[in-house]
Amino acid sequence: MALFGRAVLVLVLALLAYSTLAGTYAALRGRRRLLASARNALVASFACTALAAGTLVVAFVRDDFSLTYVATHSSRQLPLSYTLAALWSGQEGSLLLWLLVLSGMSAAALILNRRLVADVLPWTVPILAGMAGYFAFIPNVVASPFATQVAPANGIGMNASLQNPYMMIHPPLLYLGYVGLAVPFAFAMAALASGRVDERWVVASRRWTLFAWTLLGVAILVGAKWAYESIGWGGYYAWDPVENAALMPWLGATAFLHSVMVQERKNMLRVWNVVLIALTFSLTLFGTFLTRSGVINSIHSFSQSSIGGWFLAFIAVVAIGSSVLILSRLRLLRTQAKLESLVSREAAFLYNNLLLVAFALTMLWGVAFPLLSQAVRGVPVTVGPPYYNFFLKIFGLPLLLLMGIGPLLAWRRASFRSLVRAARWPGAFALLVGGMLLFSGAGSSPPGLVAYTFSAFVMSAIVLEFVRGTRARKDDSMSWLGAFSSLLARNRRRYGGYISHAAVVLLAIGVVGSSAYGTTATKHLHAGQTMSVGGYSATYISTTLRHEANHDALRGQFALSYRGKDLGIVAAGKNHYNVEQFFSNAVGIHTDWLRAEDVMLIGDQFDKDGSVFLQIAVNPLIDLIWIAGGVFLLGSLVAMWPDAREERKLARRSLEVAAPVPA
Amino acid sequence: MSLLLVFVTALAAIGFVVLPFLRPPVAAVPDDPARVALLEERDRAVAALKELELDHRSGAISDGDYRALVGRLRREATQALRASSRTAT
Repeated sequence: MALFGRAVLVLVLALLAYSTLAGTYAALRGRRRLLASARNALVASFACTALAAGTLVVAFVRDDFSLTYVATHSSRQLPLSYTLAALWSGQEGSLLLWLLVLSGMSAAALILNRRLVADVLPWTVPILAGMAGYFAFIPNVVASPFATQVAPANGIGMNASLQNPYMMIHPPLLYLGYVGLAVPFAFAMAALASGRVDERWVVASRRWTLFAWTLLGVAILVGAKWAYESIGWGGYYAWDPVENAALMPWLGATAFLHSVMVQERKNMLRVWNVVLIALTFSLTLFGTFLTRSGVINSIHSFSQSSIGGWFLAFIAVVAIGSSVLILSRLRLLRTQAKLESLVSREAAFLYNNLLLVAFALTMLWGVAFPLLSQAVRGVPVTVGPPYYNFFLKIFGLPLLLLMGIGPLLAWRRASFRSLVRAARWPGAFALLVGGMLLFSGAGSSPPGLVAYTFSAFVMSAIVLEFVRGTRARKDDSMSWLGAFSSLLARNRRRYGGYISHAAVVLLAIGVVGSSAYGTTATKHLHAGQTMSVGGYSATYISTTLRHEANHDALRGQFALSYRGKDLGIVAAGKNHYNVEQFFSNAVGIHTDWLRAEDVMLIGDQFDKDGSVFLQIAVNPLIDLIWIAGGVFLLGSLVAMWPDAREERKLARRSLEVAAPVPA
Repeated sequence: MSLLLVFVTALAAIGFVVLPFLRPPVAAVPDDPARVALLEERDRAVAALKELELDHRSGAISDGDYRALVGRLRREATQALRASSRTAT
């Protein structure tokens, strides 16, 4: 089994090396059959990587501890679902998953865009193959998942923090998001290398970027939900460097998705867009470097390893290579189109881009500064939540406001009077909400009050856009529902985007509510004693111990009530993973969906006399964060859904380009 | 057994890689960047006009802003249509 896995990985590396070299030659000399052969080699590399990954999964299922990776990440006691997820629970296996996702998405991108690649962007093949080749080199030479040893009687088990349903889907989603950004990057670089810097690479990249951006966003939220429910500290995002590593490229991709719209509509920002996608992809690589090199100590990172240097070299190749390509094509990229007014839709997109990129770079500095300080001065420095929270307010609040103002502006030029007229209803509603909140005591957090006022403005502007659009489409022969469906179907990107904006507003309300208005308290309780926080009361009843397949579950039982109303029994405690010799929190959560509020019970410490240190966190509006995830997914699906009218237009344009032009 | 499986896998992969050389070549589709730019300009101008009409009809854009933009957009669309059809005829 190990021999087969190793040999297939060598075959993958050979296929990708051929694809890179043959693809480069074919792109340089215009050899179409050689290019098709190079493309097939990349597709074959995906099939072979799937075989290698399948082999490793079989080894896990069969408890084949002669493979070092299996023995160090699984045990006979591990339930089957976690045994399957063990594939990506360590460095070597997760790199194999990365290669699988990258080769799979590359193959899909080349097949789905085969005409464009063959006729206009041949460089896409060697660029994607080169990147996949790097990720095939690592498991072949540096960190093999198929290294063998004398099989021990049992494995040492899986990291207990990962034995959680959310962690079964978080890493694959994250990889799909990270790796998905390689496709638009490859199209952009291929456009530069081929000298075809028109709109076609943007059109080809758009859906891939949306796909990667959506999955990365969902992965971040799933990771937050895992942190919230599994780690048991009452929060969901701690500005940990590895968490930031996923957020930075998401911000970059958000900026890119907005700025390519300006290129499509106004033929502007062409230099900016290639710079932005190169920066975004470099940020995904930097995030990967952070997680895998062992340079930072995080709950999310892998242990110290030797692959850090290889990653830094790869990041340097990507950064230098893309910079050289961009600089060499500057003349081609520049256009005559100019920003006509500072009050226009494209100007709003530009401000949005500047804020998003500034926030991403500020985060990058916060993540990199401790590493630089350690490397240069030998002094460990920590950049903590106050730094990030400060910049979140500085950049996040204007961004929130822009989401409401942008759609109210016309492309090219809007008069200030017209803007005031368009914003009068959302503005009045926002002021009303702000006033009511101030009156009800929400002024204790000024940034929170501002965020809620802006959120009300954006949400009402979005609703107004939908109402106006539906009304404009409706005629005597069409129902309101028909007009609404027709509006969505004919303007998927625009209205899908508005739905995503609504998700961001829900997220903002949830984040502000839970962080600015939350309450936490801790108390030492004996059986029968009660503690109260924010209207909730928890009475400690008893402690139970249950033996599960992979852990022992110690649970305190608490009778929960809200302002005297019985809410039932909530259990909170700890899990002890016997094989891994590890304790983890098992928090108890009661959700009030009507108010989107959680009360979280955390059994901090269980004493031998049967007493418990109980922490209670009341998190107002926190469930809006998870609801936002669903709305975000819906908005992305609407925006991504194929638009037959647009595809017909692009097909017609391709035919017009290909048609012979009489002299 | 493992070696046999590796051999079969490698053979299948190589067969797939050489497949394009066994098929007749497909002619390249001509690509003219200047023409592409004109067609893109034409589609952009038409799309901008359509979006302006929708925004005006829905009330998102005032009559004043509409009047200030529509004439220019129509002129640009007409010029772009003329330029793109000149290259095609």
